[in-house]
Amino acid sequence: MAFDEMSGEASAYGTHVRESYRGLARWLAEAPEGLLQARSRQAELFFRRMGITFAVYGDAESSERLIPFDVAPRIIGAAEWAGLEAGLIQRVAAINLFLADIYGPQECLKAGVLPAELVLTNPHYCPEMQGQRPPRGIWVQIAGVDLVRTGEDDFYVLEDNCRTPSGVSYMLENREMMMRLFPDLFADYPVRPVETYADMLLASLRACAPEAAGADPTIVVLTPGPFNSAYYEHSFLADKLGVELVEGRDLFVDDGKVFMRTTEGRQRVDVVYRRIDDDFLDPLTFRPDSALGVPGLMAAYQAGAVTLANAVGTGVADDKAVYTYMPEIIRFFTGEEPILNNVPTWRCREPEALKYTLAHLEELVVKEVGGSGGYGMLVGPAASKSEIETFRRRLIDDPDEFIAQPTLALSTAPTLDRNGELAPRHVDLRPFVLSSPEGVKVAPGGLTRVALKEGSLVVNSSQGGGTKDTWVLDV
Amino acid sequence: MLSRTADALYWTGRYIERADFLARILEATIRLAAIPTRGDGDAETVWASALACASVPKALGRSPTEKSVRDFLAFSPDNASSITACITRARTNARSVRTALTTELWEAINGAWNGLAEQGQPTRRDDFTRFLEWVKAMTLAVEGATSRTMLRNDGYYFLRLGAAIERADNTARLLDVKYHLLLPEGERVGGQLDYFQWTTLLREVSALTAYRWVYRDSVKPWLVADLLVLNRQMPRSLASCQTSIVHYLELLAGDYGRRGPAQRLAADRMRRFDNSRIESIFQAGLHEYILAFLAENGRLAQAIQDQYLA
Repeated sequence: MAFDEMSGEASAYGTHVRESYRGLARWLAEAPEGLLQARSRQAELFFRRMGITFAVYGDAESSERLIPFDVAPRIIGAAEWAGLEAGLIQRVAAINLFLADIYGPQECLKAGVLPAELVLTNPHYCPEMQGQRPPRGIWVQIAGVDLVRTGEDDFYVLEDNCRTPSGVSYMLENREMMMRLFPDLFADYPVRPVETYADMLLASLRACAPEAAGADPTIVVLTPGPFNSAYYEHSFLADKLGVELVEGRDLFVDDGKVFMRTTEGRQRVDVVYRRIDDDFLDPLTFRPDSALGVPGLMAAYQAGAVTLANAVGTGVADDKAVYTYMPEIIRFFTGEEPILNNVPTWRCREPEALKYTLAHLEELVVKEVGGSGGYGMLVGPAASKSEIETFRRRLIDDPDEFIAQPTLALSTAPTLDRNGELAPRHVDLRPFVLSSPEGVKVAPGGLTRVALKEGSLVVNSSQGGGTKDTWVLDV
Repeated sequence: MLSRTADALYWTGRYIERADFLARILEATIRLAAIPTRGDGDAETVWASALACASVPKALGRSPTEKSVRDFLAFSPDNASSITACITRARTNARSVRTALTTELWEAINGAWNGLAEQGQPTRRDDFTRFLEWVKAMTLAVEGATSRTMLRNDGYYFLRLGAAIERADNTARLLDVKYHLLLPEGERVGGQLDYFQWTTLLREVSALTAYRWVYRDSVKPWLVADLLVLNRQMPRSLASCQTSIVHYLELLAGDYGRRGPAQRLAADRMRRFDNSRIESIFQAGLHEYILAFLAENGRLAQAIQDQYLA
């Protein structure tokens, strides 16, 4: 039986209610029948009207879809949050130090904290960044750390997304929607505001601008374009930040400086919050077939003329193989014990671990080291015999490419089901962590993803997951 | 403002205007086809004229039918300027510069696009007419959202500029087609059929009442031409469109502190409008006048493109 965010353990709601959910339980008891369903329909209409959609690749029929929105909030008490926040700050601070070290003196490799070849032959390791110090020394300006919960005090980090984490627009839009749908509920609840995120991000990006940029740096959001699955979010963020949303073709490099093409001629750009992957940033340095990038951008970056957020080459820190060493990395760079747990992980590159994994495939989750989005993974308990056998062969052929983890009993949260009843559904949590020379900050909230199918553990929006508003309480 | 943003706004303006014009042309043609005439093949001529108005006279070969023209101009995926294509393109452009639009304007455009699926592709004439009504309502909603909510800055100017250039083009073609294709040979200009045709067209461009107010006279071809070419009270006239084009180009020049070829070209043309009289236009030939106007409109659009959008 999984831990439930509202009731603690019970599978049916009604008897025991955890402290942070009591106000909601009282409100629900008084709400007229069918209210949640009605509000849920209202929310869907509104999202569609606003065009808050994401593109599904390889689905020509309906290439723009809504991510289902669940109206029952996920609520986190003040004390629980304080622990998470401290853990997140510690972890992201360590990741920044780790990146500065591996692209610099490589002390952690010399000390044997993790195997050097795991870093240096990693597909996300970027040799062009070796010996580079990005402007102001910050590597991961924006991280989206995926957490899951298995018990009252048991939180685990599932993934450190250090490249171009997405989902923050849902954190903000979901809140907006909830305040519109349930104003009376907010009157009774001390919910910490997430609306300050845009200001926090803007301040953070400004503080990371190159020294030469002066007091009022020009910031842009760089998107691959309207066909990208997260385009709505890119435009949303540019709007909230009050900066231009640019595509690669809007930028050019001249005399080592980055400019954008405007109706009044060229304008210098100092900070690029880029939402395109390293590989596509600059066809002169990376993929020559990339039409999304800006020729010469990498050279300008290496010369310190522009800030890229996040820095290039950060993928090596959120790689699933490096992930398994994160507790050691945190100890090495902060001298502290990690506050947040890693999920116990078998690295299939190690013969003992491979042996164990092969013997326990039915109970494990096996992931590709470079995979993401819930693709290319095996969920043992939910897989058929033939799926397991297919995976077994792939594992034996190429063990380095895989890690295995126990199937965690992700916590559940009350979610509106098809019959209009609240039922427990598995959730995860992605808080957003911002780093600048002024410190590491966590937005008080995050994206809660929920697996809408009963019993399902896959929360990815590309595979039928939905989202909820996440409330962090002030007291 | 990014050149790409300006470009997308300009084309959003153009496509919305074009969708509206197509809906009106189709409505007018349905009515025109219902006017009883003598010869054979008149219905075909009428439907062929709709294609000519839409600047695709030869798209459907020798004998277009009501059904084929309706489908082609409203829905056809082979027609890059069908109503559905225009709304879809306007929406694609708007979406690519979502941040340059107000929520209201974006919702209006996105709402039109969402509505396309619900509307389907009606074939029965009365359903089809309802579809056209819907298109006009959608473009009015977009227009309202533009004028009521958009900041009066360069983004707004580019939206308006695109609409004005497009509208000038459309009015010019409408006039030309009416004069040189629609009226069967042997029919007298100013005759009974001519009268009905003009009345119908004027109604479709929402100008019939305007005509009566302005001229206090029965519908006469040279007065209609005067209304649609030179009258500045009539928002669709070539002179009105030209006034808008000059107005928004000057606002842009003011904001950016620089005038360029587009401003000079537009001002030059405005001066010629100021000195025009409908009699002399007719003397020199309306058809020739319109051809020259369309060519010049093309040059102006190109100048705007080069100066701001590239």
